[in-house]
Amino acid sequence: MFDQLTLTPRQRQDLRTIAAMIIPPSEEYRVPGADDDIIQADILATLGRDTKQVVTALDHLSRLAGMPLADLEPAARDGVAQQFRISGGVAAATLVRVVLQCYYRDDRVLGSLGLELRAPFPKGHVLPDGDWSLLDPVKARGGSLRRTS
Amino acid sequence: MKDPVDVLIIGAGASGAAVAWSLAETKMHILCLEQGGWMNPAEYPSTGRDWEAKFYGEWSSSPNVRGRPEDYPINDDNSPIKVVNYNAVGGSTVMYTAHWPRLHPSDFKVKTLDGVADDWPIDYDALTRFFEENDRMMGTSGLSGDPLSPLTHPPMPQQPLGLSGAIIGKAMNKLGWHWWPSDTTVATMDYEGRARCINLGHCTPACAQGAKSSTDITYWPHAIRAGVELRTHCRVREITTDENGMASGVVYYDKDGVEQFQPAHVVIIACNGVGTPRLLLNSASGRFPNGLANSSGLVGKNLMFHPYAQIYGFVKEPTDSNRAPPTCLWSKEFYDTDLSRGFVRGYGIQFGRGAGPVFEAVASEQKGILPWGADHHRVFRKLNGHRLAVSAICEDLPEEHNRVTLDPVLKDSHGIPAPKIDYTISENSRKMMEHGLARGREILETAGATDICINNPIPWGGWHLLGTARMGTDPERSVVNEWGRAHDVKNLFIVDGSIFVTSGGVNPTSTIQALALYIADQMKQRLANLFD
Repeated sequence: MFDQLTLTPRQRQDLRTIAAMIIPPSEEYRVPGADDDIIQADILATLGRDTKQVVTALDHLSRLAGMPLADLEPAARDGVAQQFRISGGVAAATLVRVVLQCYYRDDRVLGSLGLELRAPFPKGHVLPDGDWSLLDPVKARGGSLRRTS
Repeated sequence: MKDPVDVLIIGAGASGAAVAWSLAETKMHILCLEQGGWMNPAEYPSTGRDWEAKFYGEWSSSPNVRGRPEDYPINDDNSPIKVVNYNAVGGSTVMYTAHWPRLHPSDFKVKTLDGVADDWPIDYDALTRFFEENDRMMGTSGLSGDPLSPLTHPPMPQQPLGLSGAIIGKAMNKLGWHWWPSDTTVATMDYEGRARCINLGHCTPACAQGAKSSTDITYWPHAIRAGVELRTHCRVREITTDENGMASGVVYYDKDGVEQFQPAHVVIIACNGVGTPRLLLNSASGRFPNGLANSSGLVGKNLMFHPYAQIYGFVKEPTDSNRAPPTCLWSKEFYDTDLSRGFVRGYGIQFGRGAGPVFEAVASEQKGILPWGADHHRVFRKLNGHRLAVSAICEDLPEEHNRVTLDPVLKDSHGIPAPKIDYTISENSRKMMEHGLARGREILETAGATDICINNPIPWGGWHLLGTARMGTDPERSVVNEWGRAHDVKNLFIVDGSIFVTSGGVNPTSTIQALALYIADQMKQRLANLFD
């Protein structure tokens, strides 16, 4: 079952640290970083089927860092993060994807991007019909299907 | 012992639904067994805020990722293209882009015209009225009159051009290349009980509005009203045969997992180009030691996928992003053979309108164009909502080494051996893909796109499962005859994409369903001597 695996305190700490390295907060865009409490809580609550890969990724990260990631000097931390992304394979890709998918559904982030805070259904979206005269050159050029004999 | 049925159909997807509906007018007792269940649109991804995240899990197009009880695993480790499908009433029409081209007349004459592969035993004209009938039943939208595509008469107008379509159209006009609004099975007006499209955005993993046609909401309600029985959550293990070598029925597991035997006078397989050879190979017996209907040895061979070469980039203007059906236009500029290009046959192009924010972030991070750290936000705002995609859908020619076999270890939840895929992209296809990428780059650069990336092939692009029980007049070179009946078993029919002889360079579902209706019509015409 997905929920049989849980993250240790150390793994949670490393997850928060690496998440902030992927997406730090920005005053310019008025958005939190991916280490924000609400986003971290969303990640942990919805890991589900990704838990095993994320745990594998965090184990790999722990081996690379040799200590809590946050305790490394900034330059060393950057080096570990770079190595993690290069050598982490599917597990690292899964961890990054989990961070991104939770970050880019946060209300504050979507608001900053100018996106509506709602599901697509039932309101949908309006699509401009567009200028179909663009098709006139294609019609004028014409053409024919390849003959079969 | 259950009472025998006249006709037993295995699979309730694109072709199974069409053949069931067509045969219903005979008033025979028709039963369809489907391993999945009925869909509930209230649970479709677009009804929730986490709609994009679901694509990576329970709504993945890959059965191996979804892993629902209704799915069966597929060993596709030895293939650069991974199989995608959906198992439910409606089959993979629940989860497709609704892009709706037809094979061209020339696609049925590949050997005659280009000296490769084989001609089909039927021609386009044999299917014309079934294409038309199917378009009415599925409910298509489009603009009649494309000079480089077969003539169609969609009952609904085309989708809006939108922001993305206008950018693409201008670029194609600058290049002087053909483009046209795609025929689609997206309802652009209220149609036969379906509400019109409201641009929920991501058609592929099911449409909560019901605007996208899938056979659970088109063919099946009509078929059931006409008397066809549909049993869900019933997975067929094997087709049995009698002492005369005729199909006698099927062994299946019911919704409670209990093994059942259902006798039948006629069996029709509609399980797609992977599921059908899997079932035939799993139906081996003393009389048919190499699998049912496999005296030619071709069951499972000649698998064709359509390798997709995709190139995409980002323009300064906003695109439609996730606010519209994902595909909108096609081009047939490079569809026909031109040997000066260095390959035989050709490809269609389909254009993508864009992506949602989660998909954009994940894909761009993986490609290395969306950085970690302080610059992440600036770059993401440049990318998100600005993507345009060009995909070359390349004709895949049949090669016997591309095949479906039974995995010696992997089994589904009922213990039935799973399919194993061995597939390589041919040199001809490679050249075609490179050509498509180069033309796609020209299109994107003409549109002003930067940060150009490629997927060559699209790895999770095995949507089209074709050729593994091909049709033909020669029993030594084909599995079914020119009207879908197995050469070896005279009351066994196949109606799905596995009977394709060649693949064309377009999405196949329209042609699959037209073929299913054609075969049903042939059966109805021959009812008095169907087994002769």
